[in-house]
Amino acid sequence: MKGTNLGEFEEIVLLTIAALLNEAYSVAICDEIERVTERQVKLSVVHAVLNRLDKKGFVKSHLGEPTQARGGRRKRFFTVTHAGKVVLTKVKEQRDQLWSVIPEFNLKFI
Amino acid sequence: MSKKSIHPPRWAERLLEWYCRPELLEDLQGDLYEYFDRNIENKGEKRARLNYAIDVIKFFKPYTVKKLEILDQLTQFIMFKNYFKTSVRSIARNKLFSAINVIGLSISMSVCLLVISIISETLSYDKFHSGYDRIHRVITEYQFLREDPSHFASTSLLAGQRIQEEVPGIEASVIFASNYGKDIQIGDKVYPVSGRYASEGFFDVFSFNLLQGNPETALKEPNSIVITDETAKRLFAESNPMGKTLLTKSGDQYIVTGIVEKPPHQSHFTFQSLISYATYKAKQNETPEENYWILWSNIWSNYVYVKLQESTLPEQIDSRLQAISDEENEASDRVKITTSLQPLSNIMMRSDLSNNIGKSIGSEVLWVMAGLTFIVILSAGFNYTNLSIARSLRRAKEVGVRKVVGATRSHIFSQFIVEAIIISISALILAFFLLQLIKPQFLSLLPEFADSFLLKTETSLVLYFIVFAIVIGVMAGAFPAIFLSKLNAANALKNAGSTRLFSKVNFRKVLLVIQFTLSLAFIISASIGYKQYKYALAFDLGFKTENVLNVRVQGNDVEMLENAFSQIPEVTEIAKSTLVVSTGSTYGSNFKYEDPMDSTTLYYNGVDENYIPLMKHELLAGINFEGEAPKEENEIILNEEALRRFNIGTPQEALDKYVEVNDDKMRIIGVVRDFHYGKIEDKVEAFGFRHYSAQYYIMNLKVRSTDLPSTMNKIENAWNQVDDVHPFDAEFYDERIEKAYSNFSVLFYIVGFLAFITISIATMGLLGMSVYTAETRLKEISIRKVLGATEGSLVKLLARSFMWLLCIAAFIAIPLSYFVFDSIILTDMANRISIGIVELLSGVILIFIIGFITIGSQTWKAAKANPAQTLRSE
Repeated sequence: MKGTNLGEFEEIVLLTIAALLNEAYSVAICDEIERVTERQVKLSVVHAVLNRLDKKGFVKSHLGEPTQARGGRRKRFFTVTHAGKVVLTKVKEQRDQLWSVIPEFNLKFI
Repeated sequence: MSKKSIHPPRWAERLLEWYCRPELLEDLQGDLYEYFDRNIENKGEKRARLNYAIDVIKFFKPYTVKKLEILDQLTQFIMFKNYFKTSVRSIARNKLFSAINVIGLSISMSVCLLVISIISETLSYDKFHSGYDRIHRVITEYQFLREDPSHFASTSLLAGQRIQEEVPGIEASVIFASNYGKDIQIGDKVYPVSGRYASEGFFDVFSFNLLQGNPETALKEPNSIVITDETAKRLFAESNPMGKTLLTKSGDQYIVTGIVEKPPHQSHFTFQSLISYATYKAKQNETPEENYWILWSNIWSNYVYVKLQESTLPEQIDSRLQAISDEENEASDRVKITTSLQPLSNIMMRSDLSNNIGKSIGSEVLWVMAGLTFIVILSAGFNYTNLSIARSLRRAKEVGVRKVVGATRSHIFSQFIVEAIIISISALILAFFLLQLIKPQFLSLLPEFADSFLLKTETSLVLYFIVFAIVIGVMAGAFPAIFLSKLNAANALKNAGSTRLFSKVNFRKVLLVIQFTLSLAFIISASIGYKQYKYALAFDLGFKTENVLNVRVQGNDVEMLENAFSQIPEVTEIAKSTLVVSTGSTYGSNFKYEDPMDSTTLYYNGVDENYIPLMKHELLAGINFEGEAPKEENEIILNEEALRRFNIGTPQEALDKYVEVNDDKMRIIGVVRDFHYGKIEDKVEAFGFRHYSAQYYIMNLKVRSTDLPSTMNKIENAWNQVDDVHPFDAEFYDERIEKAYSNFSVLFYIVGFLAFITISIATMGLLGMSVYTAETRLKEISIRKVLGATEGSLVKLLARSFMWLLCIAAFIAIPLSYFVFDSIILTDMANRISIGIVELLSGVILIFIIGFITIGSQTWKAAKANPAQTLRSE
């Protein structure tokens, strides 16, 4: 098993899954990330990340009902596991902690 | 749904299905399809398809790729040790069955190995020449009027010369003009040396290893001779013969211009020496009025080989040869002579050419051998299949357990294949030793075999053997393996021990019937072949061959030999003749009667006045020749068939009439009763005795002796006084005839041997089957016995089904072999045996007896067993 720390893109994907609630499947995740971050996202990259998250135990997946739109194939829906939620919260806390100690003037240069 | 007609590229979909893990496949397919749909709308069909394909390739990543297949192979590999162990254990546990399998397979394999060696050796002929696939021989088709054309390996010198001069696309060519035997005189010793006249292209066409001398010029000048290292050693011992002059007894001189390594065994022709073609030409040109040697029709003793340029197709040369032939044939109204190319690799394979320069095996022989051995190996393979299926009952439980633990069909399949291969490899090891035993036996069957084959064991051959053994193992093991791997785990475990699992397997019976049909067919063939052979030897040829010793004259003076032989008291009569008749060789000349347009071939023997009485030919009319053969031949003695051919009338009427032989008028002075001058399978045709002293090649000695070895010694001594160069070469007439019919005896030996093998194999199979049946039905037998069945009735019960199978086999085999011999093999023979009941039934009875003993002994054992013993343990 790989380490449990979260990469930047992994975090985005995980957050997107959480945000999409029950509609989180690969293509939708792709679209959502593209919409929010306005950057080109490759399906294959998302797939690989989903696979990695799955291995780390942050997401779990189940197959939905077959639909016409996908040539009769079922979608694989992802949901964030408890471990996933924990790690997301942890990341957020770490960031908040860092934000809280930044003096205000430092940000003016940006 | 208009998009429905648009599909992602089929191959990409397949690729994805092939590599993708099943748990990811559906999702991935769906995703890609969704993108594909979008792309069609945004970017058009072409781009969409392209993107789809690219994506499929991009998704080929470690986490998407199936691991199962590799894993599976790994399991097989790991399990191999286990398979090997269980196989060895199972083989060791069933010693009888394993022994039957290994011995049967190894016996038949040894025959197959022999045939494989023969075939691979035949194929290896002439491959040592560089660019052997571009070397061709010019062969000739000779057609007289509308008769069937005959084919010759030889061709005319004219054809060779015209090819050299006119035909483009040829890299090199060589002409062989007739062969010679020269007696080389060195000091006071004389050495006979044979060879051929060869033109200077010899070393360009062939890659014989020239040890000394210049390949370009060695055969260029007249009177140059190239000798083999072997001949050089014989003539000069250790001193270097290069540049020395060889003097023949007849006064010719040749300068040694090259030493060539002795032609390897794998050359279809061989030689002791080569004299330049220029020598031959010069000699022929000494008598310019005689131009027969260069005529288009002189196709009898010359050979032409060409090496084509790499860009030239043989067909191109063939069409040029055809054109040349057409042109030359215009001059002749009766004879059509057509030349064509024969590839070097075809020479050993084609034995129907007359005047062959050297060895030739003939592909038919190879095919027949391969076919017969295939039957033998089939029989042994059937044994394995049969016994394995029979025994598979006991393995069913093992298969069940394996399947429950997680073995797939392919695992079970490979397990049993491994087992079969282990059996076949161990059989191979045994077969290899058997091969060493049968090899010398085979080579001594026919002198031709010993000439053509060395049958050395080479590494590549061993490799073939191993491949062969594995193939046999896979083939023999395939059916049981499929059968066992199909078993349902639950059934196998629940019903293990019940025969119901295998009740449908009639296959076994079919195999048994085939085996015995083949064995019967072999044994019937062998007895028919033997009868025909005996018949041929005992055949009344129409003259007496007892105690006649035929001595080859070998170019000596016949008078001197006659004087020498007549000193020996045991030699009672001496005659001279051209050839030994009735042994397959013939001499023929052109034969006419009154009609100048009607001609035929007169087969003849040139004889002296003593020949006809010595051989006890029966003169129907007229008289024998008298006195010495005259210079101008003018008398002839014909056979009855010759009279019939031209309607000359009765023997009495024919006397003093004239016939024309080779355009010479000859008076018929006598008529002999028809006799078989050819082999007995040929019809008797027109034949004549000519009083013709120019062709005395054989001395026929009538020997009357009580002490044959000492008489032979005396005759040989007499020979050595006349000729101390050539070894004495003599043979009794009966022995010569036996040799002439050796094809029958060889057929008998080979088929008899194969019959023996197939019978033993089939019997072993039968033994295995009856042991098995007796074992599995032991309890049933015991219960029957307890209830009052007699031992005899039990034997009958068990043996009945097997005897039925034998009967069926006999019903198939007898008519089949009768038909094959009666209407295919023996039809060509003018004098043949009739196939009788004895030949057909003797083998059948033999097999029935063997079969009954085999089955009977086993069932008797089972029937005798004490029922209390077998029933106690339940």
